Amino acid sequence: MPVSNFVNPADLVRFLPEIILTVMGTLLMVLDPVLHKRSSYAFGHLSLLGLAAALVASVYAFRDPGPAFGGMLMVDGFATFFRVLVIGVGILTILPSYRFLARHDAETSEYHALLLYSIAGQCLMVSANELIMIFLGLEISSIASYILAGYLRDDKRANESALKYFLLGSFATGFFLYGVAFIYGSTGTVNLTSVHAALTGPNAPSPVFVGVAAALMFVGLAFKVSAAPFQVWAPDVYQGAPTPVTAFLSAGPKAAAFAIFLRIFMTSFQPIANGWEPLVWGSALLSMTIGNFAALLQSNVKRLLAYSSIAHAGYVLVALTARSDVGTAAAMFYLAAYAFMNVGAFAVVSHLSGRGERYQNVDDFAGLGQKQPLTAAMLTIFLLSLIGVPLTGGFFGKFYIFKAALESHLVWLTVLGLLNSAVAAYYYLRLLVMMYMHEPSEAATNAEPLSFGLSAALILPALGTLVLGIFPSWVLEFAGRSSNLVK
Amino acid sequence: MVIDAVSFYLFALMVLGGGILTITRRNAVHSAISLIVSLLGVAGLYLLQGAEFLFAVQIVLYVGGIMLLFLFVIMLVNLDMAAKERQFNHQWLVALVAVALVGAQTGYFLIRGQGAFRIADAGGIAPPSALGNTEILADALFSKYLLPFELVSVLLLVAVVGSVVMAKKRI
Repeated sequence: MPVSNFVNPADLVRFLPEIILTVMGTLLMVLDPVLHKRSSYAFGHLSLLGLAAALVASVYAFRDPGPAFGGMLMVDGFATFFRVLVIGVGILTILPSYRFLARHDAETSEYHALLLYSIAGQCLMVSANELIMIFLGLEISSIASYILAGYLRDDKRANESALKYFLLGSFATGFFLYGVAFIYGSTGTVNLTSVHAALTGPNAPSPVFVGVAAALMFVGLAFKVSAAPFQVWAPDVYQGAPTPVTAFLSAGPKAAAFAIFLRIFMTSFQPIANGWEPLVWGSALLSMTIGNFAALLQSNVKRLLAYSSIAHAGYVLVALTARSDVGTAAAMFYLAAYAFMNVGAFAVVSHLSGRGERYQNVDDFAGLGQKQPLTAAMLTIFLLSLIGVPLTGGFFGKFYIFKAALESHLVWLTVLGLLNSAVAAYYYLRLLVMMYMHEPSEAATNAEPLSFGLSAALILPALGTLVLGIFPSWVLEFAGRSSNLVK
Repeated sequence: MVIDAVSFYLFALMVLGGGILTITRRNAVHSAISLIVSLLGVAGLYLLQGAEFLFAVQIVLYVGGIMLLFLFVIMLVNLDMAAKERQFNHQWLVALVAVALVGAQTGYFLIRGQGAFRIADAGGIAPPSALGNTEILADALFSKYLLPFELVSVLLLVAVVGSVVMAKKRI
């Protein structure tokens, strides 16, 4: 094989976002001794710069879409959509991190470097077209996330969170890899397009092996997106991790994992869709039900949002069960809307929780409407969107998902999903009532004024939520055009 | 051919003998040394199969790297105390079942012969070429799989940074 012309400039342009993020992450650590003396904010500024550059590079790479590195990567609309999404989540994670890290005396270059690496891994996952690349991206993203979850090492809960996340996460990756091995064993390839061709071709491998492979990969991915019955880790991990990291975990890695979920199951495993559909159907229903009903009982806001994120994973799985291009587009839209509202809600928790994250209870939100009207207003937008009230992104997200499900004749799943969203309204509204109809709590009274970074971290996602709710067609059209994945 | 057979049995003896000694020695250092012998035997088997690269990797990684880690751990535990303790094996029933299963599997493959491996070569795996094993591997690694190969280094970097963050005295 000629080695000389293997890497060409077009490949590098399509790979530019990952290059920028990795280089920036490494640069941060190299510059650590110089920057640490001057200003503790410099790391955050540089990370934002790197993320902005990666964002531009992702959009630029899409001017000339196509495969890169001999089909290892596939830079298409789908990949670009999710690249922009995970980089955006990264920016919205760094903004509240300024105040959070300063409050805990934990401003280091490693925090930002790991965050950038994790995002680079997610960019890789969403643009990968080979199972090996997906696995590498998944591991880069996951290992960085494990560390970030336990970043505040003196905190017992953070330790518990990181350990649980690490052990169960490694286990899940093992399952995924086992599935990949089965695919390679039975088809002789790990390229998603070739796997699809092998499964539909004349010498199709034994359905038993392919079925086992699909099931194993489903287990691994279901863990990563915290779908039932593999969701048990999520509440403990989300509660113990530093709040900006929780915001990140609940949006970035999850969106990337859903992206590869969609790509693998809608391309490679599309020929055996009749086999996996009942599996995803059950998991979707179980996730929605467990998430929503368990959230009703929570008094800790981070746990509440963790259970709500399990329920939201269930809604996205409904879109996957529809197994149509419309369903894929709906899932893409929903993940974008979900990222905005969830990251925003966690930014509010990060703001209010105070040093040592003392204030995390629903009661601590009492009277926030009086003391900090702007914060309360922003949280209201996020919560209304999480419920799915019209004029917010969450409404159209649910609307398109259930529409896609109905088009695929999934009537029962739609009915049960809608009932579930009604249940969900209760616990979100409880938080709203607490904020506006109760006397101010100690937490609300002592809350610091909003810093510039935090205001941005609240206003940007709120704007995003509203834009998705008022002009959904902007994003939906793009999602619709990119949902037709290369098979 | 005779020399092949002789070396095969020699290496097999090293693998099995080393393995048995590893689990029966009371002294942890003796166990570790037996494990090295066993791993060297595996390396020899690779060489017999014409897999020079795997042979080198086996010695460098397992015998060199991983065994060193083992020895570090052994140095940290109190050997004299450990030698006096009663060896325990509460999981012997599970182990017995596992061994029986592996035995049955091996027996099946021995009886069926090459036909049993049909599932493994369904795909288009390239036929062996005149080039050596190492050349083919290098060719695949540095041309077709160049990108994943480079990305593994990013993965290792993340893991190293992560372990430093977790282990250093002060954040």
